[in-house]
Amino acid sequence: MTHKLTSGDQVLKANPLARVEGEGAMHVVVREGRVADVELRIFEPPRFFEAFLRGRAYTEPPDITARICGICPVAYQMSSCLAIEQACGVEVPEEIRLMRRLLYCGEWIESHALHIYLLHAPDFLGYDGAVEMAADHRELVERGLGLKKAGNALMALVGGRAVHPVNVRVGGFYRLPSRAELLALRLQLQRALDDAVATVGWVAGFDFPDFEQTQEYVALRSPHGYPLEGGSVASSAGREFDVARFGDFSVEEHVARSNALHARLDGQTTYVVGPLARYTLNRAQLSELAREAARDAGLGAECRNPFQSIIVRAVELVYALDEAIRIIDGWHGAPEPAIPVPPAAGVGHGATEAPRGLLYHRYELAADGTIRDAVIVPPTSQNLASMEEDLRAFVQDRLHLTTAELTLRCEQAVRNYDPCISCATHFLDLTVEQA
Amino acid sequence: MSAERPTLAVWKFASCDGCQLTILNCEDELIPLAGAVQIAYFPEATRGVVEGPYDVSLVEGSVTTAHDAERIREIRRMSGTLVTIGACATSGGIQALRNFADVAEFRSVVYAHPEYLDTLEHSTAIADHVPVDFELRGCPVDKRQLLEVLTAFVHGRRPRIPAHSVCVECKRRGSVCVTVAHGTPCLGPVTQAGCGALCPAYSRGCYGCFGPQDTANTGSLAARLAELGMPERDVLRVFRTFTAGAPEFRDESRRHTAAAER
Repeated sequence: MTHKLTSGDQVLKANPLARVEGEGAMHVVVREGRVADVELRIFEPPRFFEAFLRGRAYTEPPDITARICGICPVAYQMSSCLAIEQACGVEVPEEIRLMRRLLYCGEWIESHALHIYLLHAPDFLGYDGAVEMAADHRELVERGLGLKKAGNALMALVGGRAVHPVNVRVGGFYRLPSRAELLALRLQLQRALDDAVATVGWVAGFDFPDFEQTQEYVALRSPHGYPLEGGSVASSAGREFDVARFGDFSVEEHVARSNALHARLDGQTTYVVGPLARYTLNRAQLSELAREAARDAGLGAECRNPFQSIIVRAVELVYALDEAIRIIDGWHGAPEPAIPVPPAAGVGHGATEAPRGLLYHRYELAADGTIRDAVIVPPTSQNLASMEEDLRAFVQDRLHLTTAELTLRCEQAVRNYDPCISCATHFLDLTVEQA
Repeated sequence: MSAERPTLAVWKFASCDGCQLTILNCEDELIPLAGAVQIAYFPEATRGVVEGPYDVSLVEGSVTTAHDAERIREIRRMSGTLVTIGACATSGGIQALRNFADVAEFRSVVYAHPEYLDTLEHSTAIADHVPVDFELRGCPVDKRQLLEVLTAFVHGRRPRIPAHSVCVECKRRGSVCVTVAHGTPCLGPVTQAGCGALCPAYSRGCYGCFGPQDTANTGSLAARLAELGMPERDVLRVFRTFTAGAPEFRDESRRHTAAAER
């Protein structure tokens, strides 16, 4: 919904914002040829996870916090497990870390395929959605759905199901898949890998607006490869610190008329988490095949055009499939599906790379394992301030466009982040006012 | 495509989006589905909007704000058949944990400026606000069950969704009973089937995410859980998690409140 005001000023609105996870709106006001106000509004009603986790048992967050987001439940499960294990002074063995990484690959494949094909590509090709796109490009949409299905199959095997996996526990898993079960998936993953490489070539051919982000990029860095299931924090400004210090750097503020909290570094610097940050900080850690796909797509050492995040997601899709196959091929089983994690009084921090960026959890436990306090910082709330900055800069340079066109482009600028509003509520409706 | 295809609308209230995602997770069926019905309103999937009324509305999420309580009435008015999907829409969801607590305190734990928020004291099921034609359970809903419900309403018949317990599915699947064999606490006997008895197949007890089955004997199960050595506060917690607001589980959890506080 957009309209021009009689004064010549303009209001651009998208309400609700489509093809994002959760409910939000965008509102941009242009007055006398200048962008006067940009606001991403989160309508997604608050659900108070951090409050009702207090008093629950330390074994419950993997199942409970998964319910923050149906698109990235594994991210919540992984960050909560790490934080709780740290609070209890326990570290899981290598086999369990690898099986977590494999499950996480499944979530990246599912979530990235969903975003690339169903949520983001329709913007570049001029369709309202993937179903409309399928009328003209059925084989492409089917390829995307096939990729998504491969990710879900991996999650269903390792996690028990694709949405809210049941097999994750503090200390590891309830049951580990057998080598035979894993090998049965290998062919499907291998086919998906070929499709993922083709996806990179396809999206690299899209038209991208000239636009460059200047924000600081923040992502994990891990000795175990491209970051997924853990690591320490790194930034494009050269910051490097342990996850335990994340709370000192990232300060969340509560903005009026939004049910999401906005995070800034040191309380002032806006920053970006997600695929562009991960790629820019960790490109060398990609597999040879993923690096080659990135090179063929024309990506350099860093990528600062958020519209090209679709290419980086496709490169990460190649990586996640490559990595899943590598883990499966090397899998020789584990002595136990989980290690014991006796409760202990303490504080633990956990951060992992959700498909849309760094997800941080902190728990404070009593001696019997009762949760005293919980802090959850989702990727989308870290990106909200940057999304608003991007919109402000983007609209300012494109005031010559028609209101309808500008609104669509603004929506696309928001979708660049693959925002998950369900997560950030503790996020979006687009309104651009041209006044 | 014929103009007579029934129209489908998908609505979201307080939720994690996982049940809507389950529609998109029907990878093999999605394109045929879009041929059988006209996807008229589904903002998570398309910016295209066909004006209502709609033949079938799927509603995800629970009512937690005054605005949403009003919105669901409007949706009911413009929908022929209204189907609620998932634990949030059918029982208030995990966010119904607020129903047992002080919301003012919850607000101040999470938000610096609680006054910016519009939120109700309780998270409630859609059926607490408007008549609902069918409730599909699960956190999340099961893909096969969702397709059965959609197929049924497109063909004008009742969906075939069993209301018996997870135990029946476990037997059918040939899983060993985790309680009998290993003494693992399991909510299977009081929980509605639909997931395919997933948790026991992964060597863990059912955690009740499909809510109470049609004849749930929660008192008897609670006694068994106590025999297995579960402390009262944990008995309370297992009934008060993903479908805490479902009447049978709500009442059972309340029976353990006093004991758990001792």
